[in-house]
Amino acid sequence: MAIEIPRIPLGGWIEGALTWLTSEYSMVTRAISRATQTGINGLNDALMWLPPWALLLIIVAICWKVANARLAIGGAAGLALIWNLGLWNPMIETLTLVVIATLVAVVIAIPVGITAALSERLYRTIMPVLDFMQTMPAFVYLIPAIPFFGIGSVSAIFATVIFSMPPAIRFTTLGIRQVPKELIEAADAYGATRGQKLVKVQLPLSLPTVMAGINQTIMLALSMVVIAAMIGADGLGSEVWRAIQRLRPGDGFEAGIAVVILAMLLDRLTQALSKERKS
Amino acid sequence: MNEERNVKIRVRNLSKVFGSQPKKALELRDQGLKRPEILDKTGQTLGLSNIDFDVHEGELLVIMGLSGSGKSTLIRCLNRLIEPTEGEIVIDGEDIPTLGEKALLECRRRHFSMVFQNFALFPHRTVQKNAEFGLEIRGIDPAERSEIARTALKQVGLDGWEDAYPSQLSGGMQQRVGLARALANDASVLLMDEAFSALDPLIRGDMQQELLQLQSRMQKTTVFITHDLDEALTIGDRIVLLKDGEIVQIGTPEEILTKPADDYVRRFIEGVDKARILTAESAMRRVRSTVRDSDGPRTALRKMREHGLDSIYIIDRDQQLIGLIEAEAASQALEQGKERVTDVMTQDFRRVTLEEPMHHLFAMFSEHSFPIAVVDDQQRLLGVVVKGAVLDQLAQAAEPTQIAEPSTTTTAGDA
Repeated sequence: MAIEIPRIPLGGWIEGALTWLTSEYSMVTRAISRATQTGINGLNDALMWLPPWALLLIIVAICWKVANARLAIGGAAGLALIWNLGLWNPMIETLTLVVIATLVAVVIAIPVGITAALSERLYRTIMPVLDFMQTMPAFVYLIPAIPFFGIGSVSAIFATVIFSMPPAIRFTTLGIRQVPKELIEAADAYGATRGQKLVKVQLPLSLPTVMAGINQTIMLALSMVVIAAMIGADGLGSEVWRAIQRLRPGDGFEAGIAVVILAMLLDRLTQALSKERKS
Repeated sequence: MNEERNVKIRVRNLSKVFGSQPKKALELRDQGLKRPEILDKTGQTLGLSNIDFDVHEGELLVIMGLSGSGKSTLIRCLNRLIEPTEGEIVIDGEDIPTLGEKALLECRRRHFSMVFQNFALFPHRTVQKNAEFGLEIRGIDPAERSEIARTALKQVGLDGWEDAYPSQLSGGMQQRVGLARALANDASVLLMDEAFSALDPLIRGDMQQELLQLQSRMQKTTVFITHDLDEALTIGDRIVLLKDGEIVQIGTPEEILTKPADDYVRRFIEGVDKARILTAESAMRRVRSTVRDSDGPRTALRKMREHGLDSIYIIDRDQQLIGLIEAEAASQALEQGKERVTDVMTQDFRRVTLEEPMHHLFAMFSEHSFPIAVVDDQQRLLGVVVKGAVLDQLAQAAEPTQIAEPSTTTTAGDA
């Protein structure tokens, strides 16, 4: 006798919830959408307004200042190659998305990370959520993004923020929890309030770790905004996407190499920044 | 030393249970059970049990015990870095365990500065900023706190290092920063948690001497935790001896050494008991200066000043000791126009021979503060014994007992 176990309609529930959310909160999503789009356009226009050589020089100068001559030279060569391949504008679009997504992610992640470090209960609640956010295939976030924010860059930002936020939260929590107990005890012994402890001891001492988390977030954001080309995000990702659709491996690799150059530049730059803070 | 002093902190009936059912543990304790049995029966650790003691205004009280004796718990209960389970800790009329969160912060700021075993300096702050920490927390304005911190750093001999970071300093210097941070705060009580234990022996000795000098200048009420008998004897005005969370004995170093409360203390000071075979000779120091019986008070005063003495021994032509003159008496004599030191000398001091057992010297020091004169059988002055030297000798003799062995054998034997 076979017992028929009915299939649990998990997908149906999720869809129901999403539909409800989109219709109930369309005011909110539309407002977010408009604000985000304004931010993207503003930053994009500003970066595009500068002639490529000027922006290139600025970036190289920053590399020189926070890191070393090697990064400056490497960065100059890499950016010049991107310019030469005619990928300058897509690169700027990608950079814009990464910068905005990272900003939003960090603005959310740091307070959450701090609270999780200080409250055992929130810590235990949030860790499985972070595991979920990180292990869920990145593409899946793209799907609900569309009903919320429509096709385009705002959806890309939404999916990217969710995907790239976990390391910033984790590292912030870790950084604060790693502050030696003796130092917390010393601060307590001198009568520091929670706020004083946080500002004068815990945050400064966790800064290098927090910076490492932000670095991770930037890297994840870059990978996600490239994937987000599938839902209509502009930038290097859409170049790759187009190359796939037209079966032009050459174009695809060119855009891919541009992504690698951008990734390395952002990575080295943020690492140099966090090292500078440490010393 | 024995004069009545105001009580700064009064600790009564203080107990601490580590675990989730403190009440149960305390009930068993009241039925007469000891720490190991309570742990077996309830899984609760009785950290401290019925601790009673006073800290007097201006004294340096040493709380001494081996590891696991509860001394770190005790010092942390005072400022509630660890919450006591029951009992009173009264400082200037405030019962610390009953304070609310805000009042507790205020109490910590006003009353307690703390120096830690592993320094606990903030690595991201300069030496100066570390020293300022307590003042900054209290909201003192930047110019003022920078001035105070600078003065404190000077006191501990760190002027010129203000802009260095802790990682650039040696252990001894780091602990000086820790001390400066505590001194700058100017709280009414200084808590020192094994403050010198992480330092190597030479540096530790220096720091102990410096603490004593600071102490004689500032008369700061200090609670000092240590596991080291040598240290306790050297710096303590009084010593509280802890074992398994209970007080075994409270007393001056002399009292602990000469009248141990029980076998545990006796075993603890066994090494020091070697003092009974030590004699005055081993603690004797060369006389720095003497005056002749024919000298006048002016000469006596000059010599005392030159050598930093409060009193000076008078000898005759044959080196025989005939008396002692105090600085005060000498200056009075000068005013009154007396010409000879012998006119105002005193016989109110102790003279001993080289063979005098060391432990007798203690009793003498509690009667007189003058150095004890050591003479030969012709009453010739050979040297003097000062109080510190006796303690040094005893402490050196005590060295082997610093090892935790006596107590572990005790517990093993008891169990």
